[in-house]
Amino acid sequence: MNNKKLNLTLKIWRQPGPNSAGSFVEYKVSVSPDASFLEMLDELNNELESKNLEPIAFESDCREGICGTCGIVINGHPHGPIPRIATCQLHMRNFKDGDTIWVEPFRARAFPVIKDLIVDRSALDRIMEAGGFISVNTGSAPDGNAIPIPKDIASEAMDAATCIGCGACVAACKNASAMLFVSAKISHLALLPQGQPERYIRVQTMVKKMDELGFGACSNTYACEAECPKGISILNIARMNRDYLVAKLKTEEVE
Amino acid sequence: MTLDSKVPAGPLKDKWENHKFNMKLVSPANKRKYDIIIVGTGLAGASAAASLGELGYNVKVFTYHDSARRAHSIAAQGGINAAKNYQNDGDSVYRLFYDTIKGGDFRSREANVYRLAEVSGNIIDQCVAQGVPFAREYGGMLDNRSFGGALVSRTFYAKGQTGQQLLLGAYSAMNRQIKLGKVKLYARREMVDLVVIDGIARGIIVRNLVTGEFEKYSAHAVILATGGYSNVFFLSTNAMNCNATAIWRAHKRGAAFANPCFTQIHPTCIPLHGEVQSKLTLMSESLRNDGRIWVSKIKGDMRHPNDIPEEERDYFLERKYPTYGNLSPRDISSRAAKEVVDEGRGAQGQEAVYLDFRDAINRLGRKVIEERYGNLFEMYKTITGEDPYEVPMKIYPAPHYTMGGLWVDYNLMSTIPGLFVAGEANFSDHGANRLGASALMQGLADGYFILPYTIGNYLATEKPSLINIDHPEFDKFKKEIEDFTHKLLSVKGKRTVDSIHKQLGRIMWNKVGMARSEQGLKEAINEIRELREEFWKNVNVVGSANDLNQCLERAGRVADYLELGELMAIDALHRNESCGAHFRVEYQTEEGEALRNDEEYAYVAAWEFKEIGKWELHKEPLVFETVQLATRSYK
Ligand SMILES: Cc1cc2nc3c(=O)[nH]c(=O)nc-3n(C[C@H](O)[C@H](O)[C@H](O)COP(=O)(O)OP(=O)(O)OC[C@H]3O[C@@H](n4cnc5c(N)ncnc54)[C@H](O)[C@@H]3O)c2cc1C
Ligand code: SF4
Repeated sequence: MNNKKLNLTLKIWRQPGPNSAGSFVEYKVSVSPDASFLEMLDELNNELESKNLEPIAFESDCREGICGTCGIVINGHPHGPIPRIATCQLHMRNFKDGDTIWVEPFRARAFPVIKDLIVDRSALDRIMEAGGFISVNTGSAPDGNAIPIPKDIASEAMDAATCIGCGACVAACKNASAMLFVSAKISHLALLPQGQPERYIRVQTMVKKMDELGFGACSNTYACEAECPKGISILNIARMNRDYLVAKLKTEEVE
Repeated sequence: MTLDSKVPAGPLKDKWENHKFNMKLVSPANKRKYDIIIVGTGLAGASAAASLGELGYNVKVFTYHDSARRAHSIAAQGGINAAKNYQNDGDSVYRLFYDTIKGGDFRSREANVYRLAEVSGNIIDQCVAQGVPFAREYGGMLDNRSFGGALVSRTFYAKGQTGQQLLLGAYSAMNRQIKLGKVKLYARREMVDLVVIDGIARGIIVRNLVTGEFEKYSAHAVILATGGYSNVFFLSTNAMNCNATAIWRAHKRGAAFANPCFTQIHPTCIPLHGEVQSKLTLMSESLRNDGRIWVSKIKGDMRHPNDIPEEERDYFLERKYPTYGNLSPRDISSRAAKEVVDEGRGAQGQEAVYLDFRDAINRLGRKVIEERYGNLFEMYKTITGEDPYEVPMKIYPAPHYTMGGLWVDYNLMSTIPGLFVAGEANFSDHGANRLGASALMQGLADGYFILPYTIGNYLATEKPSLINIDHPEFDKFKKEIEDFTHKLLSVKGKRTVDSIHKQLGRIMWNKVGMARSEQGLKEAINEIRELREEFWKNVNVVGSANDLNQCLERAGRVADYLELGELMAIDALHRNESCGAHFRVEYQTEEGEALRNDEEYAYVAAWEFKEIGKWELHKEPLVFETVQLATRSYK
């Protein structure tokens, strides 16, 4: 444990509301290297509040890297400079005394800013509502072991299902594409026997919804994979594209 | 107020079957005439929304999160129990039932617990069908592991992300109903009051967290599935936004609050390491399958753990509880850790004990350990900067789960007709201590398999009418909450909301935490009252009510904690016995084990709200028809 405090300059995006202009505001902080990035913001907010100034609005919940609520762009990287972790798991020991840190919201056409660092990511839910499920009613399921699934297939599905729905992939992409997210969701169910009956309808409805919502196209820059806190593989995109093609050949256009 | 548990007559194993048969049904054509409000999209809320939508009801579901998928259930790591006996190791519905009753130190309702065990198998089937990628054996069959308080392997899991995968399953089932138009989702809405008219729950008032507007919604029945309130301790394993507001406001409108003092302290959390720390991170209990817990035999031993030789290590759980060892239940393991730390034998002088994988790595190889716990090890390293493959983890108990909550009968209905409560928000199934991997089970049991029946029965028998939101009573409720908000904003004092919350947390942890005494509890009650006064005189809530204001959101929640904290202390003070997670130092055996008093305290303590700081106690006697009350032994 290191008790020497770090002195940092923060340039934080402040924007009072969706329709107001925003700008970077500078703050000086002194913080323990053991604190997490969000704990540093907590401290700063506490200080602002005690001066009767409005705290910086940012979102987080589990602070364990799993709920997908937190997510800000730190020095140009969604979730910060350390690969494979969410913002809440970024600790200040990764920064150096005297650093200047730029903090801004996820930026994408489909993610409008609500306030300061908070954006509206509900478009991702709209995509899920379009078809990200298996149609099975409560109480009509066969015994769990009646559907044997090879261990490697189950873990491949699990790897895809690990996506926390944070939207960093969208923020990382210069086209603001949601391909990594959608393909992770598609792969999870497409790999499992339970997902087969609706496999090709699902890919069509979800892709269609994604396009409608103003996400860009994928131009294979791989920025999404690099910034994804869960290391979701772009192989999922290839899988999704293949399923999409097959779907086009197999089924009628969905409404 | 009368507490009628409505437990059906007849043998334990037939109660639920008979009850289902005897309940009234709503005809399919009439279901669409009924509106149901659900608050919460965790496992309990999302599963209820999906199932009730499928049946044909019109469901409105609310969450303060931006997305339904973010509910705290997402964070559960370890697993979910079910009595499938796939491992052929002697599991059965009765054994799961018995383990749960015993784990809860005989302070839960027998019939509810039996039903929970009974439907547990269906939960796994349901989740598999939805595509939840549970861990599998090489033959393609579902894999299991074991958890504290059980000698069989009945825990199903999906890596260390079981909660996430189960919630995504329920969320997807709910999404299907959203697409079909049967469920309407209201995100970024916080329920701030329950509307009770003529003694019946008629709807809710929510704050739109983006616009600040207060909105009114009415329904034929309201379900609260709003999770637990461990954040009353400020530092806990719960997500930052977990809170008591929904159930607390309902309590103040007439719903009895049961067993508020039963808070589970989880033994395996990453210890406190900094003064600005915002929460405590849980390391899954599943780690105790292979990790061994120890401290040095020597007081004040500051040596690096790897330099402490085998004969100077005290594997205190294995020593004291040879049968269950490192898998002893949470209350027992937590207390044992506190004991060795209090003796001055904490890991390198800290409030911590070691959780060591050295032997497991030697026995099974690093690869197997990586496969089993890899992501947990990574998480530990990210947070602490230490590599658990090389150095034993340090862990310590932290507030984790609240067994208390709103009182409900067998149908999960509170003392307010039309108000149902599910998941961690109710009190019913875990008694004085919850065994690992059974909260997820309870949330899904309530939402998938119990409420769909009991809500139908309520609607068919009571035939409640719908009260329009233009009704003057609705406006009265809305006006009250507007006034309350205005009051919060107009204190304009000197202290931040968080500083008061932290102060409350310290009182709660020190005096209403792992060990409680009469004197400490009396002090706590006074200190909480003083702090409450301080809050209303000296808090500073910055910003306005007319837009997104997180300071205001937190202030409302802390205001509720300041009332709830007092009730928790009062409840702990009146219960002159030790049971499960409630350890009163005055009531222990010579060996320091909890000393229950079944003669006088085999009841549920349900508190009726009178005014702030004043409650009336009602007792629901616990009747054990099938199990024999026995001293818990894990030796
Ligand atoms: C770190 C951690 C790990 C755990 N691991 C396990 C495990 O491995 N196995 C296990 O069985 N259990 C585990 N538990 C316990 C278990 O996760 C919880 O008990 C369970 O998920 C609670 O589910 P729920 O549906 O009742 O509530 P939650 O999942 O907490 O959902 C509450 C919902 O209510 C909403 N809400 C709350 N208040 C309001 C309001 N006023 N207005 C609007 N919406 C509101 C929230 O937005 C959310 O949608 C764990 C708990 C923690 C803290
Ligand atoms: S794919 Fe990765 S970056 Fe994109 S939402 Fe999922 S977890 Fe976040």
